[in-house]
Amino acid sequence: MTDLSAAILEPELTPRSTAEARWRALRTVSRGDVVFRAVLTVLALLLPFLLLMIAVELVSNAMPAVSKFGFGFLTHSTWDPVRGEFGALPLIFGTLYSSVVALVIAVPLALACAIFLTEFAPRWLRAPVATLIELLAAVPSVIYGLWGIFVLIPLLRDHLWKVARPVLGHLPLFSGVFYGPSYLAAGVILSVMILPYIAAVSREVLLAVPADQREAGLALGATRWETVWGVVLPYGRAGIIGAVILGLGRALGETMAVTMVIGNRHEVAASLLQPGYTIAAAIANEFAEAVSDMHLSALFLAGAVLFLITVVVNALARVLVWRVARGSAVGSTAV
Amino acid sequence: MHGNLFRRAFGSAMTGLTYAAAVLAILPLAAVLAMLIVKGAGSINWDFFVKSAVPLGESGGGFAHAIVGTLIVVSLACAVGLPIGIGTGVFLAEFGSGRTGFVVRFVADVLNGVPSIVIGIFAWTWLVKPMGHFSALAGGCALGMILVPITARTTEEMVRLVPNSLREAALALGYPRWRAALQVVVRTAAGGILTGCLVAVARVAGETAPLLFTALGNEFFSTRLTGPMAALPLQVYVYALGPYEEWHRQAWAGALVLIMLVLAISLIARAVVRAKRQRA
Repeated sequence: MTDLSAAILEPELTPRSTAEARWRALRTVSRGDVVFRAVLTVLALLLPFLLLMIAVELVSNAMPAVSKFGFGFLTHSTWDPVRGEFGALPLIFGTLYSSVVALVIAVPLALACAIFLTEFAPRWLRAPVATLIELLAAVPSVIYGLWGIFVLIPLLRDHLWKVARPVLGHLPLFSGVFYGPSYLAAGVILSVMILPYIAAVSREVLLAVPADQREAGLALGATRWETVWGVVLPYGRAGIIGAVILGLGRALGETMAVTMVIGNRHEVAASLLQPGYTIAAAIANEFAEAVSDMHLSALFLAGAVLFLITVVVNALARVLVWRVARGSAVGSTAV
Repeated sequence: MHGNLFRRAFGSAMTGLTYAAAVLAILPLAAVLAMLIVKGAGSINWDFFVKSAVPLGESGGGFAHAIVGTLIVVSLACAVGLPIGIGTGVFLAEFGSGRTGFVVRFVADVLNGVPSIVIGIFAWTWLVKPMGHFSALAGGCALGMILVPITARTTEEMVRLVPNSLREAALALGYPRWRAALQVVVRTAAGGILTGCLVAVARVAGETAPLLFTALGNEFFSTRLTGPMAALPLQVYVYALGPYEEWHRQAWAGALVLIMLVLAISLIARAVVRAKRQRA
């Protein structure tokens, strides 16, 4: 505001006294301004307050389970509401495992999409394809779940697995009988759901890479692909890692679609074809009909673990993406 | 020369792979939409929109209770979440350069990543447990909490797109800062803010997880805000997991209506945002 007023009020042209009076008028903030700023500040501070309250509620409701099970909660696999014994290892394992499967599938595809959209696609094709990929994120989770149950699982079990079994069947990763609901089904559904997030953020990151970086690469005689691989991607590396971690955060907390296709079994299994469970799915299934206070408390504790993981993951992603596109809303909007 | 040929061929191959990746990425969208139309369109008729669920064994019945429920719960969410979200966004754009702005921006992004199921159990502890029963009100608040960080960040982005010269012109005309912000800056950005809100609303309209222990769902038509209420995604979830063929059929139809609602809102929103960005 100060340099603006300085530009308007040329001291040489205005009598000194009037100029001073105007300066004073500009400096005294109107009462409306004070109220305006105060109201907005209060609204804005509701966000940190909300985050804090979520943490407080989760922790305080989880206390009974914490004092009864301690660290054993994270390392034991028994989940028996009737006898009141709770160990969340299968939940934590399933959450991480299904998310890693999702990343393995989604990251190369999403990166290729981002590269396609920023580097290779003809100009007229870029906006429509970007919109279509973003629309993937608009499809509600429960619809992916519905599609997973009735289309994806039969497709994986009755067609793809029939073809792949002779080749992959002897690997431990694919051992056991494949009934359908499994880490694999959950991972595939999750990969579809997080791909648009990773692609959208990576695209913004690649767009933020200065054109002269590309020109320098091409001028050195690199092909367009070599420029992308050797110059553009390394330049945006921090942001792309941020995008991947952002996708990981989405996958870890995704609830409905996973609940519908992962099989909901409290066991740890290394085989992708076996059913499992995730923290979010367990809360979705058991919270409303928890049989005891300890059961409820154990679910809160599982929720607190999930909350902690996602907050750390998102904070990390945010810092990495901000390093590339400083303070901008890249990846924070609804896509 | 031989090496160059290889490099060029390799480049072309990789370029081709990125094309293939784009096609592969869009494939699920097409597959989901196609399946919804194939399996759902046949069950959509007048009854589907005006009748509620019927007891098992009777045929017919519809999703009227769920559609109305979704409209009510999402309206509640807007009433709770949009003022806070938009206010926060204006704060971030106008006064957000300091430490408070940095913290709020960071927290908004972290909140945006908090799983919606966690928001759901939080809403349960504050609104369901003290009241002693599930309610549409709690569901609306849970969805509202999800709206806040998204709308805050889109609003901020939209307000920042307004050229500074407009702000300066208003101040030069003697407007106090709040009038310059509200009557000139926010008004100029209003279209963008509105569409940002629409995108966010489209996202929460399809949310199921936060409603599981707040609005809970209801087999009957209800407009009572303090009681359990049905919602489209909840109804789809319950029917999809149910054992009956009739339920599956209705789940597909409900999903089709839900996705039409969501895609219509977000496509309109996107079209306006794009037009706005090109002008800005």
